[in-house]
Amino acid sequence: MSAVPVQAYLALALILFCIGLYGALTKRNTVIVLISIELMLNAVNINLVAFSKYGIAPSITGQIFALFVITVAAAEAAVGLAILIALYRNRQTVNIDEMDTMKH
Amino acid sequence: MMENAWIIPLFPLLSFLFLILFGKRLKEASAYIGILLTLASLVYSLLVLFERFTAPTYKAEGVWLTIGDVQLTAGFEVNQLNALMLVIVSLVSFLVHTYSKGYMNGDDRFPVFYAYLGLFTFAMLGLVISPNLLQTYFFWELVGLGSFLLIGFYFYKEEAKAAAKKAFIMTRIGDVGLLIGMILLFWQVGSFEYDEIFAAVEAGSISATMITLTAILIFIGAVGKSGQFPLHTWLPDAMEGPTPVSALIHAATMVAAGVYLVAALFPLFTASETALMTVAIIGAFTAIFAASIGLVQKDIKRVLAYSTVSQLGYMMLALGSAGYVAGVFHLMTHAFFKALLFLAAGSVIHAVHTQNIEHMGGLWKKLRITGPLFLIGTLAISGVPLFSGFFSKDEILIAAWAHGNTVLFWLAVIAAFFTAFYMFRLFFMVFAGEARSDMKNVHESPSVMTMPMVVLGVLAVVAGYVNTPWFGTFLGDWLVEGNHSLGHGHIEGPAWIMVVATVVSLLGIFLAWLMYGKRSLSRDWLTSRAPLTYKTLYNKYYIDEFYQLTIVTGTKFFSSFLRFLEVFLVEGIVKGVAGITSALGKLGSKFQNGQIQTYGTMAFVGLAILVVIYAVTGGYLK
Repeated sequence: MSAVPVQAYLALALILFCIGLYGALTKRNTVIVLISIELMLNAVNINLVAFSKYGIAPSITGQIFALFVITVAAAEAAVGLAILIALYRNRQTVNIDEMDTMKH
Repeated sequence: MMENAWIIPLFPLLSFLFLILFGKRLKEASAYIGILLTLASLVYSLLVLFERFTAPTYKAEGVWLTIGDVQLTAGFEVNQLNALMLVIVSLVSFLVHTYSKGYMNGDDRFPVFYAYLGLFTFAMLGLVISPNLLQTYFFWELVGLGSFLLIGFYFYKEEAKAAAKKAFIMTRIGDVGLLIGMILLFWQVGSFEYDEIFAAVEAGSISATMITLTAILIFIGAVGKSGQFPLHTWLPDAMEGPTPVSALIHAATMVAAGVYLVAALFPLFTASETALMTVAIIGAFTAIFAASIGLVQKDIKRVLAYSTVSQLGYMMLALGSAGYVAGVFHLMTHAFFKALLFLAAGSVIHAVHTQNIEHMGGLWKKLRITGPLFLIGTLAISGVPLFSGFFSKDEILIAAWAHGNTVLFWLAVIAAFFTAFYMFRLFFMVFAGEARSDMKNVHESPSVMTMPMVVLGVLAVVAGYVNTPWFGTFLGDWLVEGNHSLGHGHIEGPAWIMVVATVVSLLGIFLAWLMYGKRSLSRDWLTSRAPLTYKTLYNKYYIDEFYQLTIVTGTKFFSSFLRFLEVFLVEGIVKGVAGITSALGKLGSKFQNGQIQTYGTMAFVGLAILVVIYAVTGGYLK
């Protein structure tokens, strides 16, 4: 029925995840880091949806789970941005490498 | 009395403990405590000796330690030899205690000196009543410690410090032999008890080779303690200690411990002809060897020290010639006249404040008490008839002759000649001739110093009469009573030996008088005719230098090699381990920089590694 094989979905998800991981670990700007995390979450979503259709036991659970992830990601982004703004007000910077208070 | 003989060593121990604890407060009064407590020992020892004349040997023991089937005992024994030694040790110790009150007067560490004297006396008294080898060994080491403390009493003097260490180390070398011999005996007999060892030897349950081996090993211990060749070098150096200490330790008691040990184990030695021969040869050689060094020494105490070494050699020769009585008899007479000589020498040093006999002279008129007493000691040690040394030396010569050691006998005769010569050389140089101008304030010592010398002077004359071929051999008969393995109380010898001994000693005295008294022979006779011989003798045959070159240098080389191993190998490994650990720690702490991205990277890397491991092993770690 479909010409697109499951490997393609998984490869796309892998590529997206790697891009997200790379961005999250290397970018200095915290906004970009947050965006990268969104990328990683969405790579997971692609996996969930793909397996809900082509998995060993296909069911609707995967899609519902993807919706959950989108919701949680939205909430996370809201909270993350709120923290970031609070930090920016305190420190006048959004550079993640200046936020090293965990060391102390 | 004899049941309580164990209390004798405890008096000086009490003195030691008391003075160590309260000496600082007592100051000069400590002397009285030391003197009184050693007097108690002396009185008790005398009572024990008198009782032992009639009563049989008393021995009491209790189990000290049980290891498996082996029971180690501790206790005390009063046999003839022990009773005699108790009296000699406590008597000399008491006199030295008294004498020191005058000699050490004004010393800062006066109470400490008395405390050490107490410790030493305790050790020596404990040694002579020990009924088994193990206990003997304990006290043997304690004696060594006591002498170490006393020799190094003037520890602020470098020489004294070195001499103390030397004495300790040299005797330790001998002690190793003793320890090995002891362990071998225990292995063979299964007991440290003297009685059981002798019984086993007599029953023939130990092989002849083993007897010879253990006897020689134990003799090595005696060689170290009694300053026999080749371990004699510590004894003359030990003269760095205060003079009363020299009298106590290096004349009468500690060095006698080696002779005592051989005497106490005499049945073991007689069971092996080889061991006896070794003892005799070492003894005779030491006698003549040390006497020849004594001929040219210039320090009053060193001459006496070498004469001690030489006389101890005589005792060993006697024991090695199966002359048990002769050895013990000479041990007793020597204790008296040598202690007398040392105390008199101390009195001289006290008066003139120098030890170099070339700076002395003409003291006879100034030291009216010390002079005659020194003369008595000199006559006694030279073997002049009617003095104690004459009888005991005669016994030794007869024993050597009777045992068939002709060569050793003649060596001993020559040594007797040397002894007479150097002792009178010493006497004439110190007391005869012109008084030196720079010795104005010479005065006789106080009576607290002269009284002990008078007692010893009397003993140096009369002590010989307890065992003479003329009036009866009481001491000899009593010593071997009820113990056939010790030989006869008196060994018959040809009468000419006594004549030879007398002639030889008178010749020595005459020659010394010609050279140093009348001055009709030049003093420099030896120095000018044979400078090489003189130098060799004066430098004590270069034995010290030889040891320095071979053993000390060898040991130093070996130790620097070990040090090299220690520094570079052992420490290298230790430092390496520590370095790797701390480097790893530093590396780890680099990642704890508070950067969320670093943490994330580490988590990712860790996860990746886990995944790789999982992939490679398939989930199973083998």
